[in-house]
Amino acid sequence: MFPYLPHTDKEIKEMLSDIGVDSIDELFADIPAKIRFKGELKLPQGQSELEVYTRLKTLAENNQQAVSFLGAGNYDHIIPSTVGALMGRTEFYTSYTPYQPEISQGVLQAIFEFQTLMCELTSLQVSNASLYDGHTAASEACALAVNSTRKTDTILYSSTIHPYTKQVLETYFEDLKIKLVELPEKEGVLDTDSVKAQLGDNVAGLLVQSPNIYGNLEDYTGLSDLLHEHKSLLIVSSNPMALGAIKSQGEWGADIAIGDTQPFGLPAYYGGPSVGYIAATEKLLRKMPGRIVGQSVDEDGKRAFVLTLQAREQHIKRERATSNICSNQALAALGNTIYLATVGKEGLKELAEQNMQKAHYLAEKLQKEAGVKLAADQPFFNEFTLALPKKAADIAGAMEADGIFAGVPLNQLDASKPDNLLTVAVTEKRTVEEMDRYVQSIKGALK
Amino acid sequence: MASPEKLKFQKSHEWTRVEGSIAYVGISDHAQEELGDIVFVEIPEVDDEFEAGEEVTNIESVKAASPIYTPVSGKVVKVNQELEDAPELINQKPYEAFIFAIEMTDPSELDNLLSYEEYQKAIEEE
Repeated sequence: MFPYLPHTDKEIKEMLSDIGVDSIDELFADIPAKIRFKGELKLPQGQSELEVYTRLKTLAENNQQAVSFLGAGNYDHIIPSTVGALMGRTEFYTSYTPYQPEISQGVLQAIFEFQTLMCELTSLQVSNASLYDGHTAASEACALAVNSTRKTDTILYSSTIHPYTKQVLETYFEDLKIKLVELPEKEGVLDTDSVKAQLGDNVAGLLVQSPNIYGNLEDYTGLSDLLHEHKSLLIVSSNPMALGAIKSQGEWGADIAIGDTQPFGLPAYYGGPSVGYIAATEKLLRKMPGRIVGQSVDEDGKRAFVLTLQAREQHIKRERATSNICSNQALAALGNTIYLATVGKEGLKELAEQNMQKAHYLAEKLQKEAGVKLAADQPFFNEFTLALPKKAADIAGAMEADGIFAGVPLNQLDASKPDNLLTVAVTEKRTVEEMDRYVQSIKGALK
Repeated sequence: MASPEKLKFQKSHEWTRVEGSIAYVGISDHAQEELGDIVFVEIPEVDDEFEAGEEVTNIESVKAASPIYTPVSGKVVKVNQELEDAPELINQKPYEAFIFAIEMTDPSELDNLLSYEEYQKAIEEE
């Protein structure tokens, strides 16, 4: 096999002569010489298909098999076989930017349904066609808040949001004149008393997350009113599966709802690709980042779907664009749509309840039988954080030998967190036997 | 009332009609023609304050989204709510469909604006 699929010399010559240049060097002459790569690319020799297959198989065999209690944003849920079967259809799987309404009604309808599902889950009026992941969705939501409030330059966020979200926020806003202010936590949730003191004319919005990075559920009673009094927006990030059981963003009075839809039919992979969802009040429709599929009629009056309202994308607004997002996660969002259509409304509720019950079973058993403590006494969904008497990474390492991925040591996501915190996720996939094994294993590891 | 000769203009294609201390702002016939069908007018908020030359709002056509700049400093006192449901009014009657009205804090800023004749000359040179 070639290291990549090249054009032949003949093809290259033909293309060059067509556009009237003599050589590749001449074609790239506009790129300053000092930043141009010279010499040969350091690619390995080409390999046969068998050699490539053997190499990949060897790598795959290095994967460790274990029962997973990993979470912190990426979860091990059941994936119904409908998801792979339908997503894998070539009409969906291999089409690149299939958005011409004349030939792509299927894809457009799937995206339209994704948007509808996100609106229903979040109780907000408008959703876009998806963003890259939950962290970019959070950053786009903050940019949306800045763009839809006048003369603001500050975004507040809770210290209990995912540490990766903070990193992406910093990347997004580093070179803009936007200040990011972290609000403190109290007993594992946002200290809502700290919000008021920070509010003023300059605050565009507040970003919070529930379930938060510890797994704890936060109480936002009164928060949207407080923010709206100061013309600031409330942005609430939620694991969408939790929305089967907890109050939705719209019910909290949020202006923007965001999160990551990985729990809906997408494997954990190595942390991606995933999908970011964003839904907002109708008032923000015109400033939503990305694209939206709308329902219309064709010339025969039949229902039809088209991309619509792309006014803030760069190809319309040029240098005045308010978002750099010019794409979406169509295929993965299709997976979410198939997943939700498969489990249905009642199924989602049941899933959420099972997740919650199982996580509470394990948390209770750990406290009673293994004598470990929760980091905070708060309500939680399918994830909780243990405050261990030893380093979380050491305990998790010891439990791996028992075939258990015990959880995510939080200081691995954010070095400023104490090193004894272990976040443990329990999905509907975990059995009582596996959870009991977890308890025995941690007892051994703590000795 | 719809006669453009009595209005003042900016090079960025907004017209201004003065009634006492209030300046009404819309876009010129030339601008609406260039933009094509207008599909959305973002209605500004009453009471917001602006400096002359600041972007107050946006209008979107099938071709482009364009900012609307205020010719004078002051506070928005009136908006044309009709445009929310009927943005095409700007295409139909550009010199009647104002977008917002601003209470001027410094009427001398009007002196910086162009007459209709000067504006016509400016767009010919474009």
